[in-house]
Amino acid sequence: MKQRKGLFITSFLVLPVALYAIMVISPFLQAFYYSMTNWTGTNPNYKFVGLDNFKRLFTNELYSVYLIPALKHNAFLLIAMPVIVIALALFFAFMLNVGGRSRGSRIRGVGGSKFYKIVFFFPQVLSVTVVGVLWGAIFRSDEYGFLNSILALVGIPTKPSGWLSDPDIVLLLVMLVMIWSSVGFYLVYFSAAMSSIPTEIYEASMLDGASRVQTFFKVTLPLLFESVQTAWIYLGIIALDAFALVFVMTPEQGGPNHSSEVLGGVMYHYFSSSKAAVACAVGVVLFFFTLTLVMVSLRATRRERVEY
Amino acid sequence: MQTDTRAPEKGTATTGTRKQPKSGGVLNVFSHGFLALWAIMIIVPLAWVVMTAFKSDDEIFTDPLGLPSQWHWENFTRAWEKAGIGDYFLNTVLVVGGGVALTMLLGSMAAYVLARYEFRLNKFFYLMFVAGMMFPVFLALVPLYFIVDNLGLLGTHFGLILVYTAYSLPFTVFFLAAFFKTLPHGVAEAAMIDGAGHYRLFFQVMMPMARSGLVSVAIFNIIGQWNQFLLPQVLMPGEGNNLLADGIASVAVSQRYDPDFSGLMASMVIAMIPAFVAYVIFQRQIQAGLTAGAIK
Repeated sequence: MKQRKGLFITSFLVLPVALYAIMVISPFLQAFYYSMTNWTGTNPNYKFVGLDNFKRLFTNELYSVYLIPALKHNAFLLIAMPVIVIALALFFAFMLNVGGRSRGSRIRGVGGSKFYKIVFFFPQVLSVTVVGVLWGAIFRSDEYGFLNSILALVGIPTKPSGWLSDPDIVLLLVMLVMIWSSVGFYLVYFSAAMSSIPTEIYEASMLDGASRVQTFFKVTLPLLFESVQTAWIYLGIIALDAFALVFVMTPEQGGPNHSSEVLGGVMYHYFSSSKAAVACAVGVVLFFFTLTLVMVSLRATRRERVEY
Repeated sequence: MQTDTRAPEKGTATTGTRKQPKSGGVLNVFSHGFLALWAIMIIVPLAWVVMTAFKSDDEIFTDPLGLPSQWHWENFTRAWEKAGIGDYFLNTVLVVGGGVALTMLLGSMAAYVLARYEFRLNKFFYLMFVAGMMFPVFLALVPLYFIVDNLGLLGTHFGLILVYTAYSLPFTVFFLAAFFKTLPHGVAEAAMIDGAGHYRLFFQVMMPMARSGLVSVAIFNIIGQWNQFLLPQVLMPGEGNNLLADGIASVAVSQRYDPDFSGLMASMVIAMIPAFVAYVIFQRQIQAGLTAGAIK
């Protein structure tokens, strides 16, 4: 019997573990090694060059013109995007779950909550390229763009250098689209967490005369702390990607003039121009970026858990 | 964006201090207004895509907001045939069908063993799978390309199915292991006493009992794999080899030298329909499944 059990366990694990090891674990590990070689990706001969690729990425002007803006843009997205998404999602979730109190003593959401939840969540099931093409079409700089055609109707002429061709706002527009597509998911996510908070707590705070703002900041937010923390990490990982949107939406795929460059795009650029080792080095930079994010946010937000 | 989020909060602060039971009125106007605004921001662009997909290129320019005066169905045939959306669509169905089936089989096998059997290295394998949720796929991308190439699977549906499955395992194992743990032990023991072996127990007792969990994870995987962009973009080089998500991207990029705006919008509608239908049908399971996976 014991032997049979061992055989059973092995037979069930061997395929998934083998597939996972070959396709996921090994490329992750290889990326670290290749980042320290001069491998082109096509030529089988390559040698170990230590940290040269990293040095070049940061100091050689031909390389840093890609990497430095990308680092800045990802850092900007990393700081701004999660804050806005979480704030909006918390606000919506609060309104849809406990915001409708003025219509009676029972705690419930505002009218139409169900409808809003269904609509807000929908962008989450759309492919990121569909989202990118959709908003790319809205912000198009020529007369076909949705915004421009509306503006043309009221008599404002289109600017060929507007919207996505404007280096000052292109990154903000990309961020807006990221916010647009992720708020719904975190709204539903926070709603699920909010509905597990016992209603007596709300009723008690209401009896004590707490306003909705006070209830939100003194009751809801502290009890949701763990969910907010998890959301922060996931959104951070999304902010460090952003490649697909930039690839589809922006001119020159990261332009104009590198003003919407992100790390993923830089990596793709080196990968498709036969500099596989440099691409791996960018990947390693991205990895340490992600790792730092996870460590810092776990550290900074560590606190005691509220039991209820 | 930022100013929008603050406005309602200011409104609540002033109404809150008045401490009248009916002070919610102003706030309700604010919050309803803002909720409605966000809903419009989602519905209007999508409706615009659908309308535009039926218009002639001329009409898009002269009447961007109205209903199409004539419904140009040929935009869709053009997208399906000329832009290659039909091929992309079939490729996607094939790869996602195979990928989700294999993911569910391998994922539930691994999750089941890890959740309900004690053995050495159990914890190790579990953490190995779950850790995969944290790392950016980007890091693995370049070596993965050459691994798939060396296996002779570059540009093949089978290769992409294997890759999709491998990258879906972390979430699938994590979610299903949690689910298998909640299933009652009594039933399993009774089946064993009745003489069922480990395999029969899994396929005939545990899998049917885990149905609701399996459905949630399968839906999640369908959506996730259907929308995958990066992996097919890199692993399916060559003309006509695209899947929908990266196919749409390449149609959009080709717009720069061969503009066919209504055709692009028709391609978008074709790409959105399956997600939309699946979402409307399984809306409840999708929301429950996604959030249950994320809440510990």
